[in-house]
Order: sequence, then C-alpha cells, then structure tokens
Amino acid sequence: MSPTRAGEHPGTDAPGPDLPRLDVRGVSKSFGPLDVLRGLDLSVRPGEFAAVIGPSGSGKSTLFNLVSGLDAPDAGTVLVDGAPADLRSRQVAYMPQKDLLFPWRTVLDNTALGLEAQGTRRREARKRAVGLFEAFGLDGFQGSYPFQLSGGMRQRAALLRTVVLERPVLLLDEPFGALDSLTRTEMQLWLAEMWQRYGWTVVLVTHDIREAVMLADTVHVLSPRPARVVQTIEVPLARPRGLDALADPAFAETERRILDVLQDRDVLPDRHVPQDRDVPQDRPAEAGIR
Amino acid sequence: MRARQALTAAWPPVLVAVLLLAGWQFYTSAAHVDPTTLPSPARVWEQGWENRADLWANTLPTLQETLLGFGLSFLAAWTVAVLLDFSAIARRGLYPLLVASQTIPIVAVAPLLIIWFGFGLLPKMLVVTLTTFFPLAANLAAGFAATDREAMRLLRSLGAGRLRTFRLVRVPSALPYFFAGLRVSITYAVIGAVFAEYAGAESGLGIYMQEQKSAFRTDLVFAAVAVTALLSIALFGATYLLQRLVLPWERAMKQEGRS
Repeated sequence: MSPTRAGEHPGTDAPGPDLPRLDVRGVSKSFGPLDVLRGLDLSVRPGEFAAVIGPSGSGKSTLFNLVSGLDAPDAGTVLVDGAPADLRSRQVAYMPQKDLLFPWRTVLDNTALGLEAQGTRRREARKRAVGLFEAFGLDGFQGSYPFQLSGGMRQRAALLRTVVLERPVLLLDEPFGALDSLTRTEMQLWLAEMWQRYGWTVVLVTHDIREAVMLADTVHVLSPRPARVVQTIEVPLARPRGLDALADPAFAETERRILDVLQDRDVLPDRHVPQDRDVPQDRPAEAGIR
Repeated sequence: MRARQALTAAWPPVLVAVLLLAGWQFYTSAAHVDPTTLPSPARVWEQGWENRADLWANTLPTLQETLLGFGLSFLAAWTVAVLLDFSAIARRGLYPLLVASQTIPIVAVAPLLIIWFGFGLLPKMLVVTLTTFFPLAANLAAGFAATDREAMRLLRSLGAGRLRTFRLVRVPSALPYFFAGLRVSITYAVIGAVFAEYAGAESGLGIYMQEQKSAFRTDLVFAAVAVTALLSIALFGATYLLQRLVLPWERAMKQEGRS
C-alpha cells in the first residue's frame, strides 16, 4: 500500500548492478535444540535464476520462510534490494510446493487470489490476472475449476498467481516435484522460456539436479543440517536453453560437479578435482566457496 | 440422466415404506384392531385429509417456530464459532461449557422457558435454538480449524492479515463442515419445536397431537406425526439445494468424477 513500493515494476527501478537483488548474509536459525541453518550466505543478482539444492531435511524450507519474511533469522540478515525482508514490504512472492489452488475458486479467481490477499480489489485483481492467461497457456480455462486442469496447468496457474504480484523476487519451492517426469520436463522448458521473456529474479529450491542445471544461472549447494552454502556453481550453458542443452557436454559435467559436492560431505575449498573427468583444469576456480 | 439417478436412489426406501404400510394396513383390518389403539394407514390418510384445514393451521405456527428458532441458532453458531476461532481464551473458556450445555435435558428446560417467557413464540424458538445450536457451532468451529496450514502460510506470505485470511480461506474451507452440521441440526429443529409445543402452546402440531390424543383420535395424532416427518424431510432436502447454490464447484466435481 505504500506509495513507493519497490518492485512494482521489476527491472525498471532496479538499483545499481552492484547491489544484489537478494542478499542473505550469515543467517542462522534454530528451532529449540535443532540447528537448521548456520552462517548461510547467498546472493542473487537482479534478473538471475538461482537454484538452491541440498540433501532432504537440510533446511530449504526454513531458508524460504526467512526470505519470504514468514520467519525471522536468529542471526544474520536477509536483504531484498538492500532492505530487510519482511512480510509487509512485499518484496518476495512465494510459490509453494503444493499448488494450493482452492477448489471453491475458479481458475481465474485462484490466479487473482494473491492480489486479493494483498488487498487489491477483486475486479482489478481479476483484470490483471486475466491478462497473463494467454502467456501461461491457460486461455479458455478462466471459468474452470482447478480439478478440471492437468497437473502441468495447475502449476502454471499457481505460478501465474505468484507472478502477477510483480514482486522483485520469485521464490519457487520445488514447483514441479509432484509432476510426472514428462510433464516436468515440459514445464521446465516452459519456465526457462518464460524467464527469458520476463526477466524475473528467481530463487528455485529443488531436489532435482537436472532441473537445477537446466534452469539456473547459478546453483547453490547446501550442506546437511545445520545448512550453509558449501559451493556455488555457475552453469556454463548458453541461453536460451532448449532440449539441446541436455546434449551439451557441459550439462553433464555440471550435473556431475553438483553431485560430487552433494555426496562429499566434507568439501574443502581447495578440493582436488578428480582426473577422470574431462573438466578443463583451469575452471574449478569459479566453483570455489564464495 | 440426473432424474434417472434420483429415481434409482429413491425406489428402495419407497419400496420398503410401501411394504411396511401394506403390512400395517393388512394387520389392522385382519385383526380388527380398534382404531383408537392403532388406526389403519388408510384411515389416517382419510381423516388427515378431512381435517386438513386444522392440520394446516397448526403446521404454520410450528414451521414459523422452527424457521425463526433455526435462524437464531444459525446466527448464534456463526458468532460463537468465529469467536472460538479468533480467540484462544474464548476457546478455552467457552468450548467446555458448550459441550456441557448439551447434557442439560431439554425436557427440563422447555417448561421453565414457558414459565419465563409465556405461551408465545419466543420460548419455542429458544427450544429449537438450544437443540440445534451445538451441532452447527461445533461443526463450523471444526471446519475453521481444519483449514490447510499450507494455505494459511501462503496467504500470510502474500501479505493477508488475519481477517482477510479468514474470509479468503477459513470460511470457504469450513463450509462443507458447516453443511454437515446443518443437516444434523435441521432434523432436530422440527422435533424441537413440536416438543416445545407439548410443554404448552396455543397452536402448533405438538399441542394438536396432545389434544387429539386426549380425544382418543389416534388417527389424527398419526396424521400430525406424518406432517412433522414431511416437514423435517423437506427442510433436510432444502439443505442440499442450499449447498448446491453456495458450493457450485462441489457438484461440478462430482459430475466430473462420474463422467
């Protein structure tokens, strides 16, 4: 409601290129005796597609709660465009793992829900949501109920509900986890295309290494609990990425690097790179801990 | 297509009812039962029809008491359930009392209400309210509480405050529960009204039954009972119509499931 809402037009009012869009600094969080995050650092540039990958139970959802402002860190800071993240500043739009489309609302009313939740009038909310239906491949389904949609369409509707808020950071929590692998691949290609087109700043949490490599510019690998980012890996694949990207040797190589980091719990910054891979030896520098 | 399905669902209970009535009819005529003890269904129908003006005149006040009492119950149930949902103190302080209130026998309360409020409409309304309030309020409160936690989190992360979250998620999630409670309590409503009239009234099906019983008109007692049952069934059916209007998606979902 504030007149100078950051991110009303993401991209146009972006602060200088030096300032990260999302900056997580030394964040720690524990629940009772359970240390979930300890000294986690993570930074995302405006327009960047970042993926966060980690073993299950490594505190990814806790990280999400902190970034979306649902919860506050015990130590450290979470900054969005230089300002502390909290619910009222509306900097982060969160898309949960479950699509959470409400059965009692039509598809259009579901996609307008996010706007309604932040106080936009219903008519205005519907007007803004309906404008995106074609781009999201949902045209003609405005009046349908969610149960009448396929799994992929449901996820697209959930993403539309998130994106229409036009907040500076999109937080996607395993958005395609529940889909069959064919639909998932389809959705990944579609998301890559949409990202290319709209220039969103995305943080994607996933279990799926292939998904992370396919979509992200940067993959942040978490350690087991208490989690921190053990390695940040740049994905050296060209944009736009299509199915061809899968055949690129760099794709498999990046997948392999992530897997190595995930499997080797005691990663050292100056870790020796095994010889059996065709990794150019002048490259590991960029994979170092930041 | 739908009519055929309705027919398929309806014929077994209708058949059972017809068989029971036929058996009853056969027994009363074959055994020459005194109609003041057990009138035959044909006699109940015939005498009921003959006295239809009287029956109708007594049905109207009963219906009025039922609807007004139920309306009051509806308002009270929403108020209390919302209060319970918003305030932990109210939940701890009120809920046990609500449960305890269910153990008070209406048999004892109804005459007291007559003493306090006279023979008019109000005490009957109150009896109806007392008998129907709890299933409504309890189901509604359970419905609010059963809201998906993830959905609540999503709404909160989007910036919705407590009231807006309540309106956008908690109320719609609770509605199916509410209708379940509505169906339980509406069947109590007519009985509550009739019972309250038993305790003292100027007109109504309850007092009519009592008068006819005293006059040994067992046939008319049965006729009044039949009217009471029809009223309950009609109100019960009305809850389905209402649900269809309020929750159109439920029906769409069921139809989808069939096709």
